[in-house]
Amino acid sequence: MEQTALSVTVIFFAAVFTNNILLTNFLGMCSFLAISREVKSSLGLGLAVIFVMTSTSALNYIVYYYLLVPFELVHFRYIVFIIVIAAFVQLIEMIIDRVSPRLYVILGIFLPLITVNCAILGVCLFMIIRQYSLMQSVAYGAGGGIGWMLAILAMGGIRQKLKAAPIPRPLEGPGITLIIAGLMALAFMGFSGMIQIQ
Amino acid sequence: MLQLVIGIVVLSAFAAVLALLLEVADAYLGFYGECHLSINNGEKELTVQGGGTLLAALIDQGIFIPSACGGRGSCGYCKLKVIQGGGALLPTETPYLEPDEIKDNVRLSCQIKVRNDLLLDIPPELFLIKEYTTKAVELRELTTDIQYVKLALNDPEGLAFKPGQYIQLQVPEYEVCDESIYRAYSIASAASKPHEVSLFITRVEEGIASTFVHDFFREGDEVTIVGPFGDFCLHESDREIFLIATGSGLAPIMSILYYIAEEQINRKTTLVYGARHRKDLFYIDELHELENRIAHFHFIPTLSRPEATEQWEGSHGRVTTVLDQMIQDGTGKEAYICGSPAMVENCIELLEHKGLPLELIFFDKFE
Repeated sequence: MEQTALSVTVIFFAAVFTNNILLTNFLGMCSFLAISREVKSSLGLGLAVIFVMTSTSALNYIVYYYLLVPFELVHFRYIVFIIVIAAFVQLIEMIIDRVSPRLYVILGIFLPLITVNCAILGVCLFMIIRQYSLMQSVAYGAGGGIGWMLAILAMGGIRQKLKAAPIPRPLEGPGITLIIAGLMALAFMGFSGMIQIQ
Repeated sequence: MLQLVIGIVVLSAFAAVLALLLEVADAYLGFYGECHLSINNGEKELTVQGGGTLLAALIDQGIFIPSACGGRGSCGYCKLKVIQGGGALLPTETPYLEPDEIKDNVRLSCQIKVRNDLLLDIPPELFLIKEYTTKAVELRELTTDIQYVKLALNDPEGLAFKPGQYIQLQVPEYEVCDESIYRAYSIASAASKPHEVSLFITRVEEGIASTFVHDFFREGDEVTIVGPFGDFCLHESDREIFLIATGSGLAPIMSILYYIAEEQINRKTTLVYGARHRKDLFYIDELHELENRIAHFHFIPTLSRPEATEQWEGSHGRVTTVLDQMIQDGTGKEAYICGSPAMVENCIELLEHKGLPLELIFFDKFE
């Protein structure tokens, strides 16, 4: 496949901009809409997503190619990936709680949310479909996470400004947020010609 | 077939390995060993198992930090000073803390985990708060919506409280509510009788605790109370005392009056006790009897809407109307107000207007 020949850097930047998982694949929407009221919490959630996305793409890569493929269990990948993500998040939560209560304060309340973030599962599934190598998968995971954080940070900033804006009543809250997300997706389409993966 | 079995075995084994890993991690990472709590400069030293919340650890040790929400971080009552070892302030705490409190190391004890030795500052009166198992010995209707509840305590020492304080009644799980909750009620009985506690409980529409007491609670039933709490107590001075109550707000006032009678306090004392109709007034005989026992006590019942059919020779109007007529100059007086928030607010406004300084107006709002 020619995609496997794509360089790690290209995949990384593509994941951040042209193939932003949130704004081109519309994955991870629920936490994007719910936690983007302020830049501060957006940042916390964004950092947690970067970390979990990068680590679980590597973990799931190993689980997929060294456990599921040899035993011909690839059709179970959805459930297995979710279990791996959930267990990993739990473990990380315990470690952070122990090692750095301060970091736990910043990330702690967001980590459980991420377990059910579809963007994480999406990255793991895309890397299989696109037949990435381990390094490419990790780059894709990290890039996807950073792209997701950029999007939620932008949304957090916009929504913070929006507090003072006169918004028609029926559009307050999720309504206007979805409209903004749509506009942001249009803006991100401007990147689309630059690099092409997929 | 073999394929299927292999699939099930491999997947189960994989899930089991992950679960085991988490269990091991939890046992290893969640274990903090014994932690030492030093309270009020070493006045009290406790050793607790680390890993749980500070609130739970203290309650386990019999120190009842007030908490209405049961540790969910939604009431903000369980504040105490953590001088050392509390770690960084959590985002779950900040909404409940004033900037001054944050500077003073005040924390929400339900949000902090005991991970290491802690230095704490706890107001000494909280050490007096204990949990008591009680039995209902007398239940009767005082008015159509106020129930008299007399509880007998098993504890040999009884409940040591100051007249005017309140307890938290633990409402168990019952038909209407599937979790146990606490509600505050003022003690209406005399502090000199520590083995019995009387409460006046007003029925609140759809109220969890009042519905329980009015409809499901029977004589002989056991119930747990925690207390005493609160600072609505008689202050020592030689000023004239004005006691003002409506409805079940009479409870702490009764306790204060028993205290005045027993200690033979010789201050001029007036109770203005208001209700709408004659049938809403209770304890009238008891109060008239206290008038005989206390040298300078004057009892003024007042009705805001006496009905024509009722024979009423007492005052007419709200408590504020009576106070307005009685008090010309607020100097040398202090007031104790207890009842509905609106009544309390109105009385405070009137008394301030009459020249009573705000620091001599004590009140307990029944919400």
